Amino acid sequence: MSVARSATRLAILGFLIVLILAWQVAATSGHVSGIILPPPLSVAAEMLQLVRTGAVLAPFRITVFEVAIAYLIATSCGLLVGYAISRAPYSVRVFEPLLSTLFAIPAILLYPLYTLFFGIGSGSKIALGATISFFPIVLSTITGFRSIEPVHATAARAMGARGWQLFSRVLLPAAFPTVFAGLRVGLTLCFLSVLGGETIASFGGLGHEIANAAADMDPSTMYAYIVIVIALAAALNIALSRGAAIGARE
Amino acid sequence: MKNLRLPSAGVTRIALVAVVLVIWQIAAPYGNPLFICPPSSAIIAIGHILSNPAVRGALFTLAWELGTAFVLSIVLGLGIGLLLGLSKIAREALMPIVLLLYATPQITILPVLILIVGIGPLSKVVFGVTHGFFPVVVTAAASVQGVRPLLMTSARSMGANPWQRFRYVLLPHMLPSFFTGMRLCLTAVLLGVLLAELFSSTNGIGQFTTTFTQTFDAPDLFALIALIAGGAVVCNEALRVLERRASRWKGTS
Repeated sequence: MSVARSATRLAILGFLIVLILAWQVAATSGHVSGIILPPPLSVAAEMLQLVRTGAVLAPFRITVFEVAIAYLIATSCGLLVGYAISRAPYSVRVFEPLLSTLFAIPAILLYPLYTLFFGIGSGSKIALGATISFFPIVLSTITGFRSIEPVHATAARAMGARGWQLFSRVLLPAAFPTVFAGLRVGLTLCFLSVLGGETIASFGGLGHEIANAAADMDPSTMYAYIVIVIALAAALNIALSRGAAIGARE
Repeated sequence: MKNLRLPSAGVTRIALVAVVLVIWQIAAPYGNPLFICPPSSAIIAIGHILSNPAVRGALFTLAWELGTAFVLSIVLGLGIGLLLGLSKIAREALMPIVLLLYATPQITILPVLILIVGIGPLSKVVFGVTHGFFPVVVTAAASVQGVRPLLMTSARSMGANPWQRFRYVLLPHMLPSFFTGMRLCLTAVLLGVLLAELFSSTNGIGQFTTTFTQTFDAPDLFALIALIAGGAVVCNEALRVLERRASRWKGTS
């Protein structure tokens, strides 16, 4: 396992080094316009500048705030609704196809509507992120709680488990892996859609800064923010993988 | 209470949707007419926007942008996915990179992409492919990996050539999960193309959503959204039917 793990790290590291070298060569060869591709060093300098002056802090806070609130709404609604639906086989048969059909609709379409309803500030991004990430969470919650072996629940009940005890000791651990998969997809989608909303129309946030720098023809700043966002996404992903590993061990 | 007869799930589902639409219809007039409209006027507006040749053109452009991005994603993704699934070396070297790229938010490169290929349909197609490509690679690679080596060995020992092994062993085996990959691809391509359209558009759908939003033309906006959403649902259901048909050989209902 650790050999495979270090091979994975090596592959990623090698890829990043090749990518940065290719970037440097392309940027300094003179064939690619500096507006499209500034050299990595000037981007690194710009990043340092953004961090040192604290200019990155304000958009960072806005994006994290929007993602956090949107995800909180999606998670609480998704878990509650999903669990409620999973209680009866009949309601699963009614709601599950409905929800998975709705999931097939690209919710980004609603974004223009949301800017009408909630304005162009944080409200529309929170609504978009919450809508998009609600569906994978509710669907995996239904699947998770439906796929529990009835024997386990019956056995626990026969041994006297009731209410909260039954839920927290039997139902929840059994459903957890599937539910967690949905929570994970939900968080990724939430982050994506908040960024997308910010890029399309907004007053602030990391997506806004990228789009703004592109409009200002300021490639170093644009790439600096792109690298920051990608690093944030990677950190989020690693945290989720760790969470999954811890969840699976228990 | 156990003998209570419930209507079939499908009937209840349709009734539920009808109830929501009726409530919406009744409640809508109490809302701000700039922002919200009853479903009836959205349905009437569908006819209205479809009679506008510019909107028809934009829908047509959207359809071919989606179609091109979808086909390209499938072809490229299937090629790379099969390579990764069948060759252990390629998988170990490239899969981490594929997963790394899959996990990066592509929206960040949209402004760069537009600087490179311009604001036209090409940027939508390319951006759609960057979204649709990865789910196909991952599902295709996983689906061939799932083939039991015994099946491949016995096919070879019975004299099947590489094409026959692909056609009669690999293909039937990977089809069900491949269709799942296609559905994920469709969702992703829709997201990518629509994101690019909404970000900047000269005469595509994004142009009209912006216009309808800025002129507070709620019925037309609802109608346009309903049309595209309807198209997405139809495509998704079609793929689901194919998926069910492709997994029929497994003998599970």
